[in-house]
Amino acid sequence: MSLTLEETKQRNTDLIAEVLKVYPEKTAKKRAKHLGQYEEGKSDCDVKSNIKSLPGVMTIRGCAYAGSKGVVWGPIKDMIHISHGPVGCGQYSWASRRNYYIGTTGIDSFGTMQFTSDFQEKDIVFGGDKKLEKIMDEIEVLFPLNKGITVQSECPIGLIGDDIEAVSKKKSKEYGGKTIVPVRCEGFRGVSQSLGHHIANDAIRDWVFDKTDPNKHEFQATPYDVAIIGDYNIGGDAWSSRILLEEMGLRVIAQWSGDGTIAELENTPKAKLNVLHCYRSMNYISRHMEEKYGIPWVEYNFFGPSKIEASLREIASHFDDKIKEGAERVIAKYRKLTDAVIAKFKPRLEGKTVMLFVGGLRPRHVIGAYEDLGMNVVGTGYEFGHNDDYQRTTHYVKDGTLIYDDVTGYEFEKFVEKIQPDLVGSGIKEKYVFQKMGVPFRQMHSWDYSGPYHGYDGFAIFARDMDMAINSPVWALTKAPWKK
Amino acid sequence: MSQDAEKIIDHEMLFREPEYVEMFDNKKKNFEFAFPLEKMEEVRDWTKTMEYREKNFAREALTVNPAKACQPLGAVFAAVGFAKTLPFVHGSQGCVAYYRSHFSRHFKEPTSCVSSSMTEDAAVFGGLNNMVDGLANAYNMYKPEMIAVSTTCMAEVIGDDLGAFIRTSKQKGSVPEEYDTPYAHTPAFVGSHITGYDNALKGVLTHFWDKQERVPNESINFIGGFDGNVVGNMAEIRRIFSLFGADHTVVCDPSEVWNTPTDGEFRMYDGGTTKDEVKGALNAKATISFQGFSTEKTNKYIAEKGQEVVALYHPMGIAGTDQFLMEISRLTGKPIPLALEKERGRLMDAIADSSAHIHGKKFALYGDPDLMLGLTGFLLELGAEPVHVLSTNGGDDWAAKVQALFDASPFGAGCHAYPKKDLWHMRSLLFTEPVDLLVGNTYGKYLERDCGVPLVRMGFPIFDRHHHHRFPIWGYEGSLRVLVTILDEIFEALDANTIITAKTDYSYDIIR
Ligand code: SF4
Ligand code: SF4
Repeated sequence: MSLTLEETKQRNTDLIAEVLKVYPEKTAKKRAKHLGQYEEGKSDCDVKSNIKSLPGVMTIRGCAYAGSKGVVWGPIKDMIHISHGPVGCGQYSWASRRNYYIGTTGIDSFGTMQFTSDFQEKDIVFGGDKKLEKIMDEIEVLFPLNKGITVQSECPIGLIGDDIEAVSKKKSKEYGGKTIVPVRCEGFRGVSQSLGHHIANDAIRDWVFDKTDPNKHEFQATPYDVAIIGDYNIGGDAWSSRILLEEMGLRVIAQWSGDGTIAELENTPKAKLNVLHCYRSMNYISRHMEEKYGIPWVEYNFFGPSKIEASLREIASHFDDKIKEGAERVIAKYRKLTDAVIAKFKPRLEGKTVMLFVGGLRPRHVIGAYEDLGMNVVGTGYEFGHNDDYQRTTHYVKDGTLIYDDVTGYEFEKFVEKIQPDLVGSGIKEKYVFQKMGVPFRQMHSWDYSGPYHGYDGFAIFARDMDMAINSPVWALTKAPWKK
Repeated sequence: MSQDAEKIIDHEMLFREPEYVEMFDNKKKNFEFAFPLEKMEEVRDWTKTMEYREKNFAREALTVNPAKACQPLGAVFAAVGFAKTLPFVHGSQGCVAYYRSHFSRHFKEPTSCVSSSMTEDAAVFGGLNNMVDGLANAYNMYKPEMIAVSTTCMAEVIGDDLGAFIRTSKQKGSVPEEYDTPYAHTPAFVGSHITGYDNALKGVLTHFWDKQERVPNESINFIGGFDGNVVGNMAEIRRIFSLFGADHTVVCDPSEVWNTPTDGEFRMYDGGTTKDEVKGALNAKATISFQGFSTEKTNKYIAEKGQEVVALYHPMGIAGTDQFLMEISRLTGKPIPLALEKERGRLMDAIADSSAHIHGKKFALYGDPDLMLGLTGFLLELGAEPVHVLSTNGGDDWAAKVQALFDASPFGAGCHAYPKKDLWHMRSLLFTEPVDLLVGNTYGKYLERDCGVPLVRMGFPIFDRHHHHRFPIWGYEGSLRVLVTILDEIFEALDANTIITAKTDYSYDIIR
């Protein structure tokens, strides 16, 4: 029943034409630009991206606040991140992203807490700056071991003309130079989480790097210092990555930002190399460090043994033979494990098809891991990718892969209904839709409460999880026998 | 190496392996520049003191770990309660992503809802175009029979006028002129999710009822309010009404949308109150609102239309359910069915069998104001002492009602209601005046960890336990389930506390 390449391409073309029929003309025209398929040899995926979502279509996207508080800043564990504005945004994003950390919560770490200014009508009418000042004072009394404060702006802040920068400066001075970072990540800015990443990166540049004495900490640099950039330690991802870098002889001086601390951010300009996992959310600060401090950066991919191997060698190529040998040692050490994992799961997963729709780096980065298990990704798309993401994607996808940017609920449902993949990987909002349809599903933001998936230890878990999703006995039972 | 293909371990056990533990220690020692352990411990111990509690309660501006959400969440809940209705939230799209995730994490079900995706240009020029296009797109794509509109705080701050925007959209042909688009302004900076529920529900009623003439009949309306157990509770309510044989309408019932089968088909819409039912509900003799604080404005509106409105406050347990049933009986003139009387006796039986384990136990509870009133009443009835009753979205009027319950029971002496407080306040209460059991939503697990008090999960949201929402906590049957849940937790705690071999396990009894 498997289609030839030509048939697949024709099916994709027909399918796109079919879903577009549901829209009013103007909308169909706009959505058409976001739907396409990869043609072998092209330098991008033939879709437009990073454009405003259309109203009313049920986009899966979030907002700039989610990109800043939820992704970039929230995981910095020893700072207090104030969700500044009404109670909602902070409440819904409270501890939901599984950024693991080690610390005593409420005392020296604050990652799984929700600090909010809980705006009331009077704050909207008269402004919230006074309240913000008081909040910072109260934080200083009740949470004396906090290492800094960030102000994560929600929608109203930019609309009522509050001056959170002035408040931050004033209070920082008052507390003897404490790091206080105002972030203008109001949810209406930009078109998705993406601008929030950028704004958050810029805030680190302006309010951490530019305001901190580079010799604040007694820190001895070594020739093997690297920083992990763009790993949010979801289910422990950064840890199962860090361990490999350390095993090959590197010294990881900072994690951005999963299980990270402000001291790690401050010391990163002393790194020899920045290794970047989520390009989308942290390329900005990596470029800045390259320009300002001369630190090169390299993208890597720690999903699945093929990509891990290539990435370890790529990272090692920036160092001397000691590290290069270290990389080979690590690769050799884990080969037994990956061989055993593949031997166990590949026969159960070989030839299975997958459709993805995720954020950041995952719509391309995980493809290799599926392929290591003999699976094929037949459709993929980004929640908030830019053209450079789709260009990078061409190195991962096969000819005729269906591509859908900022997919709508309707489109995704129809695509899956027609293509009938063996697995869908997307988010919590999509999970139950597809499971109801009888399609196995894994959440690929939160790892469905499993993980880590990065590194060799993570690959074993990834393989186990994909197998348990696809080969669960329940899928054979969705249709009642008398209905078959 | 930690992994073995034959025995793959995930985050739970993986990071306890020695190479990871060593890695964590090195990271902390060399790169985190953390405060010394002694300093951390000193501050940690200080946070447990009365001195800290006083400072904590002196807070005027900062909120930490609140037990409430924002208005539009409640508006989406209300919209989902109507047949083939699509919730449409006018404003930024990020909020809608959050509401959908939030509900899906609680119910383990899809939640469909669209946004008008306003961005910076809409902040400057207003969101009219977003409304015009948004309604057209949603109407064509998802074929709802009704679109219920509410707002995020962005639209509220810039002052978008929903009524005018919807009228213009209709003129521009986004949806047909006669198409039903009830709406409500739901500013996030006023009240909480229960306020949003109230506003949105009132918006739907107003949309239909203001065009109608009331012709009173004998039927009764039932309104549940914002409720995390809605799936189980609504089924229980329908069962109770049908046992009475009472002509009734459940106004706003999201229980089926969040309870669809896995059978190969995704149902975006299922069940819910139909338009005809909403229209008919105007003629009812009376409306029973099960959660008065969740329906303050709606109740007032219904009363203005000429109906008797009975506002209950989440009645539970024996006396609470008695009151609910007697109200139905009074309003319908029908006797209380024998089957329900028997259920009452069974609940009594269960309480009599087990109350020795609950009697005199101290409880702390937090959550929505109505749920707190119901639970307080039930606990007092069981001879328990609800010493800390806290609600972030309950005000002074709520606290007075809780106090009245305390005053009416000898077990209420020494108990306190805490309006407009959060879970960081609760932490201080639990350290300075410890209790045996905590009742609250999923976020209470952080208090369980910090204060060592076992948590009984009840309220919204429950993310870390599955399927609780499928079971009722209302009626005698629901109360029985609450009783069992509390007892289970008490027995678990007792077993855990007596499990050490040759030390405490003499009390590790096989019969309790
Ligand atoms: S921006 Fe406003 S409406 Fe949206 S989630 Fe936050 S508080 Fe609620
Ligand atoms: S790493 Fe990402 S920003 Fe980057 S995706 Fe993850 S889920 Fe989002």
